[in-house]
Amino acid sequence: MAMSGLQIYKLLPKTNCKDCGFPTCLAFAMKLAAKQVELDACPHVSDEAKEALSAASAPPIRLIKIGSGDHEFQVGNETVMFRHEKTFYNQPGLALRVKDTEDADAIAAKVAEVSNYCVERVGIDMTFNSIAIENASGEAGTFASAVGAVRGKTSLPFVLISDNADALKAALEKEGGHKSLVYAATTDNWETMADVAKAAGASLVVRSNDGLDELAELTGKIKDKGVENLVLDPGSRDLAGSLAQVTQLRRLALKKNFRALGYPIITFPGEVADSEEQEIVAATQYIAKYAGIIVLDHFDPAVAYPLLTLRLNIYTDPQKPISVDPGIYEFNNPTADSPLLTTTNFSLTYFSVAGELDGSGLPAWLLICEAEGMSVLTAWAAGKFDAETIAKAVKTFGAGDKLSHQKITLPGHVAVLSGELEEELPGWEIQVGPREAVDIPAYLKTWK
Amino acid sequence: MPVTVEIPKEQWTGTIREVTLGATADDGGTRSRTVTVGGQTTLPFLHFEGETPNQPIIGIEIQDSYPADWSPVLLEAWGDVVNDPAAWAKKAEELGADVIMLKLRGTDGDGNPTTSQQAAASIKTVLGATGLPVVVRGPGQAEADNELLVAVAEAAAGEKLALGLCEDKNYRTIVAAALAHGHLVMASSPIDVNLAKQLNILISDMRLPLDRVLMDPTTGALGYGLEYTFSVMERLRIAALTGDGMTQQPMICFVGEESWRQKESRAAEGVPKEWGAIEKRGITWEIVTATALLESGADIVVLRHPKTIDVVRETINSLMAH
Repeated sequence: MAMSGLQIYKLLPKTNCKDCGFPTCLAFAMKLAAKQVELDACPHVSDEAKEALSAASAPPIRLIKIGSGDHEFQVGNETVMFRHEKTFYNQPGLALRVKDTEDADAIAAKVAEVSNYCVERVGIDMTFNSIAIENASGEAGTFASAVGAVRGKTSLPFVLISDNADALKAALEKEGGHKSLVYAATTDNWETMADVAKAAGASLVVRSNDGLDELAELTGKIKDKGVENLVLDPGSRDLAGSLAQVTQLRRLALKKNFRALGYPIITFPGEVADSEEQEIVAATQYIAKYAGIIVLDHFDPAVAYPLLTLRLNIYTDPQKPISVDPGIYEFNNPTADSPLLTTTNFSLTYFSVAGELDGSGLPAWLLICEAEGMSVLTAWAAGKFDAETIAKAVKTFGAGDKLSHQKITLPGHVAVLSGELEEELPGWEIQVGPREAVDIPAYLKTWK
Repeated sequence: MPVTVEIPKEQWTGTIREVTLGATADDGGTRSRTVTVGGQTTLPFLHFEGETPNQPIIGIEIQDSYPADWSPVLLEAWGDVVNDPAAWAKKAEELGADVIMLKLRGTDGDGNPTTSQQAAASIKTVLGATGLPVVVRGPGQAEADNELLVAVAEAAAGEKLALGLCEDKNYRTIVAAALAHGHLVMASSPIDVNLAKQLNILISDMRLPLDRVLMDPTTGALGYGLEYTFSVMERLRIAALTGDGMTQQPMICFVGEESWRQKESRAAEGVPKEWGAIEKRGITWEIVTATALLESGADIVVLRHPKTIDVVRETINSLMAH
């Protein structure tokens, strides 16, 4: 059962040595109770305390690390059903699957494309995390040489897919020590699969096609054999069925503290679907709902970019909205004669305004002011978006140097700032724009 | 040792209100059929836990005059029908729309403000061309919406249209028009649970029955605030299922409009090569936005691209299968 912070505190050394990184033992105990840290962070805890605490303090969904170096990613350790309750922490890893029956050049080309793919959004680089290699040939030798060949092209971790333990063993020798994931232990082969994963120090997927009872029984047995880094494949391959299963797994882990199913989940959108579009739909569902690893069967930048954007959106901390960097942003190749608008650095404000400016097709400059990530009215009410702030931003970012005119447009909601801003910016004409972003295109058309 | 896992189920006490759009001749309208949304007793598509008696539906957006600002991808896909609202409505019905959404652009083809006579003529044209229930949106500015939607409400009395936007600024006028002429309203609030609830209360205080109110929580497209809409809809749905009677309205999301407004669905050139080809990118943008919002509680998704319509139809069928 979960313990409270105070119950945990009683078992800690109470020395406030800070070696765990927190200022006091009580602070550390509170973090343990919230399942946001691991007990290992305290080097001084006694063995008895460790035993008493480890059951209670382990995160309800085990943290699994896959990959090495710059390509390590971690999944699991989630604490809520809905992102508004706190946040989702660890973005699901995205993988592309290749098969060892495919032409070697075709595999090499796909692997190079996925490994090199990197797309930027709001200053964040977004990439795929893994290559899945399936032993479709059934041959151990073919599989091992395919794995070796792909390893020659990329240092991304692999999901190694086979029902043949010998093939996996041989493949793991060619894998190069990048902490890949082995797929999958089933009710027929779990003992040998556990041995293979244990020998290689790899994480292991446990799959059941017969529901959660069998899955829980299997994870228990495999854990008893000493393999604890597990990932679940609960078996469903249809949209509604898999939504039900991943929801049930998340609830069991978080609400019932059901250890046997407290692991991240792997999903295969391409197996849900018979078209690429339905694969996109399934991947969307899994990003929104509870997947830890998502193995795709198609790669196209026109699909990868939207899916990576969705992953970024869903895993944004709702309590700390991404704010955009203050500065001057360009829309539709503005010139010195184009209008200058201003607003705050709240990301949703920025995106609403940017969307309208972009969509209008008319050239404009947008000055983003530092307003602690608040929207226009909130920032104004809190004194974070006033004449002084705007004037400072105009000067800091050299707005005047970019323009042949000295005119700046305020959001309509803060028209009241016009007078003060005139005083702060002598020589400038202060104009009042629309209150809502949606009216910006019309405003730009008549702007003088 | 065999393990028995007890599947955790929430004991929800609330039900989403059922709302019916459109009226047939028996009911004082001219629609060939009506469509009902809402009625759920659980979160989206969790069939192991509760009922989803009405599946989410697809609206297809058409406009009253040529949509000059639409993405070239959309204009190519629709072809000539975009010049003729009647032909466009027929085509949308053929493509499998459950409802037609007529958006009044605010200006006519010559750039003059749309008059109330033109708005009334447009709704009559569309009602004449299709037997489906119709949703009507004004240009989105409260004053213009008031003028045009009142004219539409009069011209289509008894049809049980859904009228919007109906916001805190103009709800009195829109609700009065809906009451006077037998329509529904779409209550719009800016991505905020409390404001959504407050507007429902205000509307209810004017004696419009809540089974004639849809909620528009304000749609943020993928990359443009989708996560805010996603979470507000989850919160509204949880509040509704927990028994809060003023959040139990079905939700409508203007997915097509928001998805296709963004640079990602419009720009073929001058963008990073990592963005991929424009047509597939734009369609995927709309598919992903629609799917994510269906998963968070959308009852009506209003779409623009014919390909997306097919994909979302298949998606809804898959999510309803059990």
